[in-house]
Amino acid sequence: MNAFNSIFSFLLLLQYFFCVVPSSLAIPSGTTEGYTINGRVKLEGLGAKGYGLPAKISNAKIILNGGQRVTFLRPDGYFSFHDVPAGTHLIEVAAVGYFFSPVRIDVSARNRGKVQAALTETRRGLTELVLEPLREEQYYEIREPFNVMSLLKSPMGLMMGFMVIVVFLMPKLMENMDPEEMKRAQEEMRNQGVPSLASLLPGGAART
Amino acid sequence: MAIRVSLTFFFLFISLNLSSALYEDQVGLMDWHHKYIGKVKQAVFHTQKAGRKRVIVSTEENVIASLDLRRGEIFWRHVLARNDVIDAIDITLGKYVITLSSEGSVVRAWNLPDGQMIWESFLQGSTPSKSFLSIPVNLKIDKDNIIIVFGQGCLYAISSIDGEVLWTKQFTSESLEIQQVFQPVDSDIIYAIGFVGSLKFVSYQINANSGEVIKQSDATFPGGFSGDLAYVSSDTLVALDSTRSILVSLTLQDGDISLHQTHVSDLVEGLFGISSILPSKHTDMFSVKSSSVTVFIRVTGGGNLEVLEKVSQPSAVSDSLAILEGQQAFALVQLHDNKVHLTVKFDNDWSSDLIKERIEIDQQRGLVQKVFINSYIRTDKSYGFRALIVMEDHSLLLLQQGEIVWSREDGLASIIDTSTSELPFAKEGVSVAKVEHNLFEWLKGHVLKLKGTLMLASPDDIVAIQGMRLKNSEKTKMTRDHNGFRKLLIVLTRAGKLYALHTGDGRVVWSVLLPSLRRSDACESPSGLNLYQWQVPHHHAMDENPSVLIVGRCGHGPDAPGVLSFVDSYTGKELSSSSLTHSIAQVIPLPFTDSTEQRLHLLIDAGNRAFLYPRTPEAIDIFEKERPNMYWYSIDDKKNIIKGYALQHNCIEASDSYCFNTKEVWSIIFPTESEKIIACATRKSNEVVHTQAKVVADHDLMYKYISKNLLFTATVAPKAAGEVGSVTPEESWLVVYLIDSITGRILHRVTHHGSQGPVHAVFSENWVVYHYFNLRAHRYEMSVIEIYDQSRADNKDVWKLILGKHNLTAPVSSYSRPEVVVKSQSYFFTHSLKTMAATSTAKGITSKQLLIGTIGDQVLALDKRFVDPRRSLNPTQAEKEEGILPLTDALPIIPQSYISHSIQVEGLRHIITVPAKLESTSLVFAYGVDLFFTRIAPSRTYDSLTEDFSYALLLLTIIGLVAAIFVTWVLSEKKDLRDKWR
Repeated sequence: MNAFNSIFSFLLLLQYFFCVVPSSLAIPSGTTEGYTINGRVKLEGLGAKGYGLPAKISNAKIILNGGQRVTFLRPDGYFSFHDVPAGTHLIEVAAVGYFFSPVRIDVSARNRGKVQAALTETRRGLTELVLEPLREEQYYEIREPFNVMSLLKSPMGLMMGFMVIVVFLMPKLMENMDPEEMKRAQEEMRNQGVPSLASLLPGGAART
Repeated sequence: MAIRVSLTFFFLFISLNLSSALYEDQVGLMDWHHKYIGKVKQAVFHTQKAGRKRVIVSTEENVIASLDLRRGEIFWRHVLARNDVIDAIDITLGKYVITLSSEGSVVRAWNLPDGQMIWESFLQGSTPSKSFLSIPVNLKIDKDNIIIVFGQGCLYAISSIDGEVLWTKQFTSESLEIQQVFQPVDSDIIYAIGFVGSLKFVSYQINANSGEVIKQSDATFPGGFSGDLAYVSSDTLVALDSTRSILVSLTLQDGDISLHQTHVSDLVEGLFGISSILPSKHTDMFSVKSSSVTVFIRVTGGGNLEVLEKVSQPSAVSDSLAILEGQQAFALVQLHDNKVHLTVKFDNDWSSDLIKERIEIDQQRGLVQKVFINSYIRTDKSYGFRALIVMEDHSLLLLQQGEIVWSREDGLASIIDTSTSELPFAKEGVSVAKVEHNLFEWLKGHVLKLKGTLMLASPDDIVAIQGMRLKNSEKTKMTRDHNGFRKLLIVLTRAGKLYALHTGDGRVVWSVLLPSLRRSDACESPSGLNLYQWQVPHHHAMDENPSVLIVGRCGHGPDAPGVLSFVDSYTGKELSSSSLTHSIAQVIPLPFTDSTEQRLHLLIDAGNRAFLYPRTPEAIDIFEKERPNMYWYSIDDKKNIIKGYALQHNCIEASDSYCFNTKEVWSIIFPTESEKIIACATRKSNEVVHTQAKVVADHDLMYKYISKNLLFTATVAPKAAGEVGSVTPEESWLVVYLIDSITGRILHRVTHHGSQGPVHAVFSENWVVYHYFNLRAHRYEMSVIEIYDQSRADNKDVWKLILGKHNLTAPVSSYSRPEVVVKSQSYFFTHSLKTMAATSTAKGITSKQLLIGTIGDQVLALDKRFVDPRRSLNPTQAEKEEGILPLTDALPIIPQSYISHSIQVEGLRHIITVPAKLESTSLVFAYGVDLFFTRIAPSRTYDSLTEDFSYALLLLTIIGLVAAIFVTWVLSEKKDLRDKWR
């Protein structure tokens, strides 16, 4: 198990190094210090099912470096950050209903603001800065539809089932018993004075 | 004890189930979410076309929002980044909202109906400067409206359609500040006017199509300008000189500028100085403000000035609004005798009023600070006006036809501090009329609920169930309840207003604009600091009201004198207030109360003197007994020093018996070149810990090191103190300390190399969890440190306990050197954080959850079991039974454990938790621009039935059982009889 884990993580690491292929996404914006990061958020093919609110691209926020800068999406899903210094940055997407992985962005100073991007969650490199949600988020529990099996499987159901078995199957078992043995058992019971249901009830007790 | 242990096991068992989530139909049952926007800075109406009438506002909380003009609801809004301050807003093409932010460097266009961002333009400039936005009405190039922006020392023309920069004009002179741009009717020339330095006034004529300067002219005024400027007409401006006593009218004629000076004292007798020219725009007139009066001045030909009126009441003036035939009207709002006096006048006709209305207004709203007007055509073709006013408490009101159409309590968007208070007991005869419906109704309701749980309900039934649940009057009652769910949240806002919110539905129970935190002659800029529970009556809870202490400061900086105010928590009446002679640097609520159950508070001033409150001899007596054992510490993050102090005798210099000198006991000085304090955390002083012992796998025992005096401090390399992305892993580190605040002893120190801030930390019981950024992995990380007391570790032997050879009864001293062991572990965490808190419950038995405010403004509940340093890759069977999870490198984010479900608490700043009386439940209040409240049960509600417990099912079962008993009895009777006959 352990060995498997380490191999797996090694593979992941390998993948990480190979996937971060250089891509030219940034445009140097005149001055020497700042570059522009352009990217796109893709929400297509992910219908807003179940969680109550329609997917609103207009409410999505793109956050650079944990809140240093915030921008919004254009109708076509594109966004850009201007005047970003060279270095390693972090982009997060905040959109209710979706889980986005933060993205590591390397803006190279030598290659005139070339951008390399990789998802930090899966360590997958991105050839172009197109961010897609890793999954949709379902914030509510779904009510299980009424089901006889689920009712039976519940502790109450199991108890009831046991009772039913006792009530209906036990007499059958008793019938199959040897009449003499039965008599002996009844005798014993009477000696021990196990109360019958009838004797428990007030009327029954009076009669006996 | 046995019961407790078995209970603990029981909780462990039930907590194995992941924390419970919400069903969609349970939204709003125990949570509420209120949306706010903050104090409005600027408002633009959009009422021209048929359809929805709206007003676009920008606020001091950096929100741009579109509000429904009929009801004041929010159509859409966006919260911009904190450093992306909105400078100006406007509407262009009738469909786009334009915002200028970040000191004139970012221009964005938003779609008016739905708030979708259409385009964004980044303006590159070099010199930071004042900025403004102007959209000339009739300046068009190829059917495209042009937006003129001045920012960063350049003038830009931007296309409205796609945000493209059409031309840029960089001005040669360095210190040029363009103040205004205007355009004469029917020309392609725009005028840009401004100041160079303080002496020179310049005017440029610029070709609107190309940005070329056609003509430039300037004038020098030897007295110097203050920078205030009023644009009066197309050829006249009025400026204020640097001494603020001379008004200079500037007349532009064919590019030449002529100056004309008027002394203020010549205009208005007895007035020698003006604080400012009001920025509102009018034609042929302007208004100036001094400390006490507002003066309206008309500009006649040749730059002569003439006083129209002097208004001595506090007032607000709106911009002029163009209505029919080039006439312009503006609104003047004054407040006296609890009434708003709204007057609308034409710019060119002072004597007559278009509208004069008096509207009664809540006194607790304070003065009118801003007014924006809009006109509409009444059914009789005359002009009507609606006025949007911003009050001193940051609330927003729409006035129309002499009444308040709607109001918004937007002061709640800027909460500084919160506290809670219990509600009054239900008294006989006083209790709120209880709507007790009859048994049939009750049963019907429960049968409906039963149908709902069995999924047999029709859509109509579901609606009925939902309505029944939401209108449940129980939760909004004004009395104390058995479970302790109903409380008052007392919040202090930046405007100096105190609100009490009901936890049931978040409505405002009372609000008070604290007189001591209002601007007055004695105190120019007061500000609220904190809120403390002053008096919480237990013995006299029936006939005494609790009260809160509000601590404020009169002015900026730590050495400004303090202000105290005491407010009744039930009625909102200010009981008393006092202006202090000393400053307030720190407030320490002491764990002692006097005979009237007032809590003792120690106020530390900037000179490290301690002042005791309440100022009664009894308080002194109580305090004197405990004084030798009292210590406090201060953290100076600028000098990187933490100092511990002890209290000494009375102050020598001041003859005040409630003043005490303090003596420095210890100090920890962090090396400034390598470490900088960025975060601190301590345990909540009122936190309850159920047991010190922790039963671990194989029935071993560990003792938690529980001390109220532990201080968590995080320092980073000075270079790494900035945001993520500003430093490389090699030159950054994060050092974490656990410091005993009595002795100054460092109990534990750990360095995370290649990590940086921001650090968010939570300290609870014997553990601390902190969140930081790991630069090497380029991911956020959360670490946990748990502290265990080693000195008690050998108390496990039963024989020792029996023979009394244990040290359990040995006194615990804060002075002694504790023998502690520390366990820690780190995990990756996906999101950036805004804030973090831990749940707290009444007895501290229930397992804990971390409440994480993520960067997406959601609140995530994370079980403490996920951040347990005893997690391992392959837990043993015994550990699994104990509830230890297998170790994973990242903390899971389960969408169902977002306690804010699909809600975003915009601008989230803080989360507080308050225990309910019910042990399983904790109340959570998250606030920022929005408010969100819910209650959570970290280990499910094991001590009460859930809201949707079906009593009907229980009743039916009982009835069924009884029936079955009778049937079987009858049957057995018959059988007996048959047997007897046989």
